[in-house]
Amino acid sequence: MKVTILPFGKLADIFSQQEWALEGVATAGEVRLKLEMTFPALKGMRYLIAVDKKIVDDNCVLGEDSIVALLPPFSGG
Amino acid sequence: MMYPDHKTQRYQKQIFLKELGEQGQQLLSRGSVLVVGAGGLGCPALQYLAVAGVGRIGIVDFDVVDESNLHRQVLYTMEDIGKLKAKVAEIRIKALNPEVEVEIFCEKIGPENALSILSRFDLVLDGSDNFPTRYLINDACVLLNKPLIYGSVFRFEGQLSVFNLPDQGVKTNYRDLFPEPPDPSEVVGCNEAGVLGVLPGIIGTMQATEAIKIITGAGKPLANRLLCYNALNNFVYELEISPLESSGLQIPQTAEDFQKMNYEWFCNRLVSEYKDIDGAAFDQLRSSQTTQIIDVRNLHETPRVTEFEHLRIPLSELGENLHQIDPARPLVIFCQTGVRSIMAAHLITEKIGVRTVYNLKGGIIKWKTQR
Repeated sequence: MKVTILPFGKLADIFSQQEWALEGVATAGEVRLKLEMTFPALKGMRYLIAVDKKIVDDNCVLGEDSIVALLPPFSGG
Repeated sequence: MMYPDHKTQRYQKQIFLKELGEQGQQLLSRGSVLVVGAGGLGCPALQYLAVAGVGRIGIVDFDVVDESNLHRQVLYTMEDIGKLKAKVAEIRIKALNPEVEVEIFCEKIGPENALSILSRFDLVLDGSDNFPTRYLINDACVLLNKPLIYGSVFRFEGQLSVFNLPDQGVKTNYRDLFPEPPDPSEVVGCNEAGVLGVLPGIIGTMQATEAIKIITGAGKPLANRLLCYNALNNFVYELEISPLESSGLQIPQTAEDFQKMNYEWFCNRLVSEYKDIDGAAFDQLRSSQTTQIIDVRNLHETPRVTEFEHLRIPLSELGENLHQIDPARPLVIFCQTGVRSIMAAHLITEKIGVRTVYNLKGGIIKWKTQR
């Protein structure tokens, strides 16, 4: 599948752009693993994954052209 | 309690709105909101809750005003530097609206006082600035069955949600969003990362908006949804939140359990303890791709396990093979009857900081017979 990654918060620094295209992934878990290979800084970081605006777990199957948002928690107040 | 005379000018313009009306105004005057943290989020929230006519407002903050707060914590002035925030905030909002009853708590919120403080209010607004407090307030609100209005900020971005408020029979909470806190080394608050002053002003005001909506029944509160806002490009992204099975495992079920929790440890631990789980909980955990499962039996032992993928590391070889374990992912350990797996759990939690370690009680024998 070809998907678009939308990183939020600190994750946007790692990608250094607002959107990132990713191919060859079938599930949310595979997105995590594939991105960690390209961006080792992601390993061990906590973030939730939302596919097409729905928060999912790693088993979620992706659709073609899904938008996959990566959201880290913010503590600031 | 005296209900204010709403024939005065004060609330006229909002009473005029049909979604609010006199009835809504009465509901506000009978309502109570606890604001935890009188900082970047708390200040605007307190201002707007007070002027809207919320009857009783609680403020929890043990900190004092610092000059570096002034670019965003708009209740405070240069004269307030060094003074207790909760006390200054109380004076400011009572000046804005003398009809509001204010209770202040100049103490750190913790497992020993959270339940007694929160139970005095209808709603809780999270204006805190650290993860242990956020998890603590979340769990307390679930336990006390109170809606929690969540807001947080980072540089130019904010998050907003309403937790623990049923919408079509479904409720979600902070642990459904972030079951695990970030590693302490990842955590950056406003002091380290920086924050645009207006940003908590926006998010805190939106939190107050949610409180007003919940109290009056106007509009649709942000339950089971997370709003993400980016001030730099005005990007607004709204996501749907669903309940996670794992949240139930982590939230204390009774006041007694809650009082035993250590949220600082939960968020800062590098060495974890392990938790015993039964077959049902194990089945939930193994349905997630991120869960690691290790069989610590010797390789020749039966019954063979083919029902799920797992690593086989015999207990005697575990010490040299700890590098095979990813500390960031939840880990389940099993053996034949649940004895060696406990030893493995001790070894792992002593040697490496795996965030969550589960031991399958009764081992694989019990699990297989229960299927």
